[in-house]
Amino acid sequence: MNNMTRVDPIPCQQHNNKWHMTPVLRLMISALVIIGLWQAVVVILAMPSFILPAPLDVFDRLIQRHDVLLKHTLVTAQEIVLGLLLGLAMGLFFALQMLLSNPIKRWLLPILIASQAVPVFAIAPVLMLWLGYGMASKIVMTALIIFFPVTTCCYDGLRNTPTGYLDLAQTMGATRWQMLRHIQFPASLPTLASGIRVAVVIAPIGAVAGEWVGSSEGLGYLMLQANARMLIDEMFAALLILSALSVSLYFVTDKLLKKLIPWEV
Amino acid sequence: MTFPAGQWTCILGRSGCGKTSLLRYLAGLLDQQVDWSGTLSLTPSHADLSLHIAYMAQQDLLMPWLSVLDNVMLSHQFGKQIAGSRSTSARKLTSEKALALLQKVGLADSASHTVSQLSGGMRQRVALARTLMQDKPVVLMDEPFSALDAVTRYRLQDLACELLIDKTVVLITHDPQEAIRLADQIYIMRGVPAAAESLNVPSSPPPRLFDAQCAALQQEIMTCLEREDGAAQ
Repeated sequence: MNNMTRVDPIPCQQHNNKWHMTPVLRLMISALVIIGLWQAVVVILAMPSFILPAPLDVFDRLIQRHDVLLKHTLVTAQEIVLGLLLGLAMGLFFALQMLLSNPIKRWLLPILIASQAVPVFAIAPVLMLWLGYGMASKIVMTALIIFFPVTTCCYDGLRNTPTGYLDLAQTMGATRWQMLRHIQFPASLPTLASGIRVAVVIAPIGAVAGEWVGSSEGLGYLMLQANARMLIDEMFAALLILSALSVSLYFVTDKLLKKLIPWEV
Repeated sequence: MTFPAGQWTCILGRSGCGKTSLLRYLAGLLDQQVDWSGTLSLTPSHADLSLHIAYMAQQDLLMPWLSVLDNVMLSHQFGKQIAGSRSTSARKLTSEKALALLQKVGLADSASHTVSQLSGGMRQRVALARTLMQDKPVVLMDEPFSALDAVTRYRLQDLACELLIDKTVVLITHDPQEAIRLADQIYIMRGVPAAAESLNVPSSPPPRLFDAQCAALQQEIMTCLEREDGAAQ
């Protein structure tokens, strides 16, 4: 034992984390950095205000026109949320039909895939024609743009239930409906959740594209109007609010999904 | 092959010899791809086997969206619902029964936990409680303990033996020691097409301690299983 070299005790590293870096905090810091860079670009390159307004001008405009912006934000928000709900309901319904009936699946699945080849933007004018300038056309637009991810994720989730679960349920005497409700549906929820996350991110695209093609209200409409009147700071203000809306929608949905589906792997 | 009522029958064999298919046939889970010849006869002959079996697989098959207690009560969600089984008092009785079974397997404290918080051995114990909850006279087990470490396996074998004492058990295993410890009757399955051969078990009651008689039987089994290889060569 005397031949052994003496080992000095290693000092213990102590972590003095008084606050934790959360994703929200990270996003806020990133946003501040981007705004800082934006201001720098405007100042250094002496950008004219009709090409790239300074962030401070945009905020100024935002506060000045907050009542108008709020009104249009509510319209767009409603279009997005209602479109999400409609698209989700349609997706679940079609996925169930494809699961329950093999003939329906054989006919519907190719149509579903082909439907994605047609850009949703291209049928926007047709939707305006059929459903008018109000919210209905934008809601349908949003629902159509998220229909494919939701349906395929739901269908895949339902189809890929681990066979061990189904075997166990069968030996317990489960009927087809009981298996669907108690085993296949809960087992499909994690896959469905990833479909919903994708849908929440692309839903605003549908709503705003619909507003650009023809509308009388909403943030997209406001952006077009501001652009036409060369009020670029107002356009940027609307764009900023739209981004904030999309990001908060994603975070809220993510939190909700994590709460409802805690066993997600 | 004969499976006497109230006794443990172990079926031993190499992987792929058809023992799982046999069990799945008994469980009513066999799909069309397997060639089958022969008949199943029950005493009494008018009985429907599928109503009287409980199935336990190698994976624990616990549903991750249910708590441990709900998993034990899983069988009550299925099958034709008897009138009155949905009432609050009936449900209270069911959950009390489930809790009592969890106590028997030593997991009463984990009743409200999620499945992900349990270890492999604990999960298989919950699966055992779920099997007991079904209260069926025939229990079919497909290598239920083979995914566990040796000590946990030993303990669970003792536990299963104690709790399934009056049931007709058909246990599939690839471990000769397990079969020798637990069986009232051993079959060895081998060959193509698969055929079963019965062996004599030691005289001590299961769960057996491994003594000289058991060791001799294990050697006999290994020779028997190896013989198939020799014949093939």
